[in-house]
Amino acid sequence: MSINASGWKPNIGDGQGDHERPSFTGNRALMLEEPLIFEIGDTERTGVDLADAPAANAVDRLGALLRSAPIGLPGLTEPETVRHYTRLSRQNYAIDLGLFPLGSCTMKHNPRLNEKMARLPGFADLHPLTPIEQCQGALALIHLVGEWLKALTNMPAIAMSPKAGAHGELCGLLAIRAAHEARERAGGAARRTVLVPESAHGTNPATAAFCGYAVESIPATGDGRVDLAALKAKLGPDIAAVMITNPNTCGLFERDMIAIADAVHAAGAYLYCDGANFNAIVGRVRPGDLGIDAMHINLHKTFSTPHGGGGPGAGPVVFSQALAPFAPLPFVEKQGDRFVLVEEETAQAEHHGDAFGRMVAFHGQMGMFVRAAAYMLSHGADGLRQVAEDAVLAANYVLRSLEDVLEAPFAASGPCMHEALFSDEGLADGFSTLDIAKALIDEGFHPMTMYFPLVVHGAMLIEPTETESRATLDQFIGALRSVAERGKAGDPTLQQAPIHAPRRRLDETLAARKPVLVWREQPDAAVAAE
Amino acid sequence: MRYLPLQDGDRAAMLARIGAGSIDDLFVDVPEAARFEGPIADLPMHAPEMAVERQLAGLARRNLAAGEAPFFLGAGAYRHHIPASVDHLIQRGEFLTSYTPYQPEIAQGTLQALFEFQTQVARLLGCDVANASMYDGSTACWEAIGMARRITRRGKAILSGGLHPHYVSVCKTMARFTGDQLATGVPRLDGTAEQEIARLIAAIDGETSCVVVQNPDILGRVADLSELAEACHAKGALLVAVVTEPVSLGLIRSHGEMGADIVAGEGQSIGVGLNFGGPYVGLFATRERYVRQMPGRLAGETVDAAGKRGFVLTLSTREQHIRREKATSNICTNSGLCALAFSIHLTLLGEAGLRRLASLNHARTVTAAERLAALPDVERVADPFFNEFTLRLPKPSRPIVRAMAARGVLGGVSLGRLYPGQSALETGLVVAVTETVSDEDIAALADALGEALS
Repeated sequence: MSINASGWKPNIGDGQGDHERPSFTGNRALMLEEPLIFEIGDTERTGVDLADAPAANAVDRLGALLRSAPIGLPGLTEPETVRHYTRLSRQNYAIDLGLFPLGSCTMKHNPRLNEKMARLPGFADLHPLTPIEQCQGALALIHLVGEWLKALTNMPAIAMSPKAGAHGELCGLLAIRAAHEARERAGGAARRTVLVPESAHGTNPATAAFCGYAVESIPATGDGRVDLAALKAKLGPDIAAVMITNPNTCGLFERDMIAIADAVHAAGAYLYCDGANFNAIVGRVRPGDLGIDAMHINLHKTFSTPHGGGGPGAGPVVFSQALAPFAPLPFVEKQGDRFVLVEEETAQAEHHGDAFGRMVAFHGQMGMFVRAAAYMLSHGADGLRQVAEDAVLAANYVLRSLEDVLEAPFAASGPCMHEALFSDEGLADGFSTLDIAKALIDEGFHPMTMYFPLVVHGAMLIEPTETESRATLDQFIGALRSVAERGKAGDPTLQQAPIHAPRRRLDETLAARKPVLVWREQPDAAVAAE
Repeated sequence: MRYLPLQDGDRAAMLARIGAGSIDDLFVDVPEAARFEGPIADLPMHAPEMAVERQLAGLARRNLAAGEAPFFLGAGAYRHHIPASVDHLIQRGEFLTSYTPYQPEIAQGTLQALFEFQTQVARLLGCDVANASMYDGSTACWEAIGMARRITRRGKAILSGGLHPHYVSVCKTMARFTGDQLATGVPRLDGTAEQEIARLIAAIDGETSCVVVQNPDILGRVADLSELAEACHAKGALLVAVVTEPVSLGLIRSHGEMGADIVAGEGQSIGVGLNFGGPYVGLFATRERYVRQMPGRLAGETVDAAGKRGFVLTLSTREQHIRREKATSNICTNSGLCALAFSIHLTLLGEAGLRRLASLNHARTVTAAERLAALPDVERVADPFFNEFTLRLPKPSRPIVRAMAARGVLGGVSLGRLYPGQSALETGLVVAVTETVSDEDIAALADALGEALS
């Protein structure tokens, strides 16, 4: 059955805004338009040679459960498949192509050794329920990565299973809530509120709310830090935890972190640290020395596992002594020369009395642990410290090279950490951060994080990372300077950008107002016209 | 160091531009008490590629990979042959090293692939719409319960005894903190899927937000969910269906077709390797009218300023970066690259290929089931099945699994491991059989099991 009997009809638009004559195909040399698989594939075609279908009697016992109606899944042969996805890939920007300074995302080079190691059959072709004696190497690796993360953070306990940063936040907050519940059983009062700075990632308040807490925000000081006096004023018997990002989302180190931790603990609350920005301090600052109780570590940021177009990531969580008993199952334990996987709830009593249950079906993101291990071994203790130093150096270089042309709201307060923050102040009327970002696309760069953090008007958050050469940084600085100057001068062409990308600005309002989330066969336009 | 382009000369010139005397001047905001001078305990110094490979390969060799043994493990993770082109394509740097497509003009590759993925998943599961992926099947299952709570404004979920026990555990963890009430059960070796469904139907009341049922279930049994769906709807509850083996949908009717309102699945078995449990890819699909209560990213079609078709992330007012504490979920990073692998593998298969793959799996499984059930005192308890079935052994299965593994046969998953402390289940052995299993493998399992039992 053919899904699209009438063939693929390119929608190449009216060419409005294009300066060149549209081509017959809609293609522009190396920029190739690619239809959807539903428009080029059909349900009989396949790119996989399988043995002949078995005799019919084999399926008889499924009876009325057998699927009879068509599913509507198009197939392509291997050459067509390779071409389809290769063409799609070329419509993506990527770290492999150039600077990807998305603030708070740590888009650093993804070493290919990591990929090679993760594909060793002993890791990649290993079932999660393999008997324990037959997966000692995998358990050893999980244990090793956990030990190193504990050493780098100077924290006594770790949960390896959370699947991403936000999942790690959830893990940390659940442990905090479990710890409070244990206190409540001993006669303590219930605590119902979590404090989150205005500048926090959206995942922080979302996670706290998910765990059943009310969320209140803490204001920032004029130099972009948590207002310690305001925080102290809000601390009280109802506060369960304070969530702080450090270095924070303005790219600044929270100078008062130890005082914050002391105040939080004095009030009987726990301090959660969002470790999204750990790359700035790895090897130079151990968060445990700042007094935190829990912190997630995005292996896909600091430890170079690939972002993959939006995951998979991994978000192990380190815990202080106070929260260690409340970490989730399962976990790996070393017993002599042997590693065991503590996964049974009945085993809790022996090892880990207050553990809460599973957060995921198995043991976490093994593929990411292998990649992170390869990265840690490659850099070693000395190299990781250099990572933080070069990342901070690159961000300060960007900050100081552009502060004369773009407003840098906190530049006067001292150095930044791993990311440089600018605002839209000084752009001509009608020109916005969005225009600057889209113009950077035409310059061959991925834009910075836009409009985040919320505490700065029209925020532009630039995180260059340590894996950029000085020449690349200089080119980026030159490009952003040029674009900023156009924005300040009110150059109307800026508002048309991007003009060289695979697509012009996309209508996001239309997408949300009339959501089209799956492909549906269109009535044949040619037939309809007749 | 090979990953750091800056050289000492660059560093000095950059410090000079910044106006800093040394790198330490950039860390002045760190309280003195927290300035760490090293070294980091136990972490070695930097190493060349060759040394790293040697060390990690040493750890990899201490594991028994599925491909090195007659292999019959399933219970939520399945070994299928993945065409070479899948792994090649997902390693294109433009897919591997890009991020969540926040700038759609230069992320059409990811966005179009996600739109195609959403459509494939929706069709496969028999639903109107699907999202751009969740972390895995277990977290998707929990998110479905949360979504059912938001839709029905009721807080009591009934979980089938056939739901994977680790999924039940994840739901229990979350429910402990959200206040949802969960009624849970365990499977019975002496019961049928129909009896379990009858039990679930009897338990539905006016407080029930949803019934969660896995199909095929943890024992491998396949059931018709239509009657259960009708019973849910009659009481204003939703049917949440869970699937851990999506290849089954090439042969058996989809959950949506049988009336499920939300389908949560583990997509690992299409395109994604076993990876010792992760990364995997959560599938999540539902009815069009519930889309605004859905968690996770969604790609949607739109047009650009020149009128060309393009794709963007959409309906983000459900999400944490916009709605913060009022979001439908806290999920941010999902499982994009695994979703891509799923989509590429499914495109290579196509409908005809998927149906044939499913038929092959089922036929191999029938062969293995007949062979194993012929062993003395071994009884097959689950029927009908797709590519996984359960045997009742004459003695506890956990030592049997270990004994078989010690002689190089990964012969199944012991229910004793999945349900510790449940003596009624300790003799159960769940055996999964995919197209990768040969006749020799089946013979090796029959021999190993027979020997271990004797």
